[in-house]
Amino acid sequence: MSNLAWIFVSTLVVNNFTLVMFLGLCSFFGVTAKIGTAWRLGLANTFVLIITAFSAWVLNTFVLVRTPYLRTIAFIVVIASAVQIVEMAVKKYFPVLFRQLGIYLPLITTNCAILGLALFQTSRHYTLSEGLVFALGAGFGLTLALSLLASIRERMEVADVPVVARRMGLVLVAASCLSLAFMGFAGMGSQ
Amino acid sequence: MSTTVAPPRPVYEPPAPTPPATPAPEFVPGAPPPAPLWADTWRGIAKENPVLVQMLGMCPTMAVTNVMANGIAMGLATTFVLVGSGLFVSLFRKYIAHEVRITSYILIIATFVTLADLLLAASFPEISKALGPFIPLIVANCLLLGRAEAFAAKVGPVRAVADGLGMGLGFTLSLSAMSAIRELLGRGSLLGIDVMGPHWEPWVFMVLPPGGFFTLGLLLITVAWVAELRRRRREALA
Repeated sequence: MSNLAWIFVSTLVVNNFTLVMFLGLCSFFGVTAKIGTAWRLGLANTFVLIITAFSAWVLNTFVLVRTPYLRTIAFIVVIASAVQIVEMAVKKYFPVLFRQLGIYLPLITTNCAILGLALFQTSRHYTLSEGLVFALGAGFGLTLALSLLASIRERMEVADVPVVARRMGLVLVAASCLSLAFMGFAGMGSQ
Repeated sequence: MSTTVAPPRPVYEPPAPTPPATPAPEFVPGAPPPAPLWADTWRGIAKENPVLVQMLGMCPTMAVTNVMANGIAMGLATTFVLVGSGLFVSLFRKYIAHEVRITSYILIIATFVTLADLLLAASFPEISKALGPFIPLIVANCLLLGRAEAFAAKVGPVRAVADGLGMGLGFTLSLSAMSAIRELLGRGSLLGIDVMGPHWEPWVFMVLPPGGFFTLGLLLITVAWVAELRRRRREALA
């Protein structure tokens, strides 16, 4: 398998950002009550991830070569501006989608998946094309995990569970089972 | 012909001397009610525990709690950032314009995260290597932005520091509890010291990613169960 395809599959299932690497858990538990919101937020995240991958590559190549200690600050400022730009663009060109996403769009800034992508891309020394494929795989993996958990939670709504497990406890145990399923891919590609 | 009696003309009275101006208590919309300092600190440890009650800062909670030393280091690093950013957000609260407040808070938080990252790398290189990108990821911990926006930006610096300390200690305690359970069952040791003896069969599941979700799920169910028992006892007494 070629390198790019392997990076994509690896981030999509083997090292799924949410279920295996624990990035972006706030939205994973916060917005998965309804499947419609879940996959739409996943796609919005994918878009921001791709912009971030490109910006992180530009920063790493041209700006942060001499000042590596500014990495965290530079990344978070760029991400905050990117989210702001995406928010304005969506508001102007897709007003319906903007109303559906509501508060979750600006909240992408504090989604650790975005900053995590920039940091992992740096520590693994990805080139531009590898970084973009990495972002695409991470975004689709996020969308996949969000949709799966949202489907499970919609089913659990109608189930009869003990009072003490009704709030988040059971959702976490369900996420544990989901994560266990993804552990089946572990070791793939290690030869 | 009757004459109307003119009403007595009002006599000019000099205004009463105004009492010396006391500064009116500053009104901040949405400010937390006044409370003693110990209550500000205790709130974060028990009643509004960031992990077990508010469900904030979930990513580090699960990602670094497979070994107890990492969990404690992560908790203390987050406490440092919470106290530092709380102090500075509170000091600058009157100078930060409303429109750019989130960006300003993020910048203050990122500064302290960079400090914590460099300090940890200088003093505990092994732990810093084990935590990897999760130390810079403290910036994206929703707990920090949440406390800056909801508390530190609306109160004085002393209360902001007390709240940051309480939230940080509550976070550290929850992380220590989770990592203690996971390390004890998953490796049979605590802080690297063998506890369960040579015949213990480690539950590998607990140190893998699913074990993180599972442990927190069971902890949340236990907390809800204790709350339910206390509610029932109160109702039985009433």
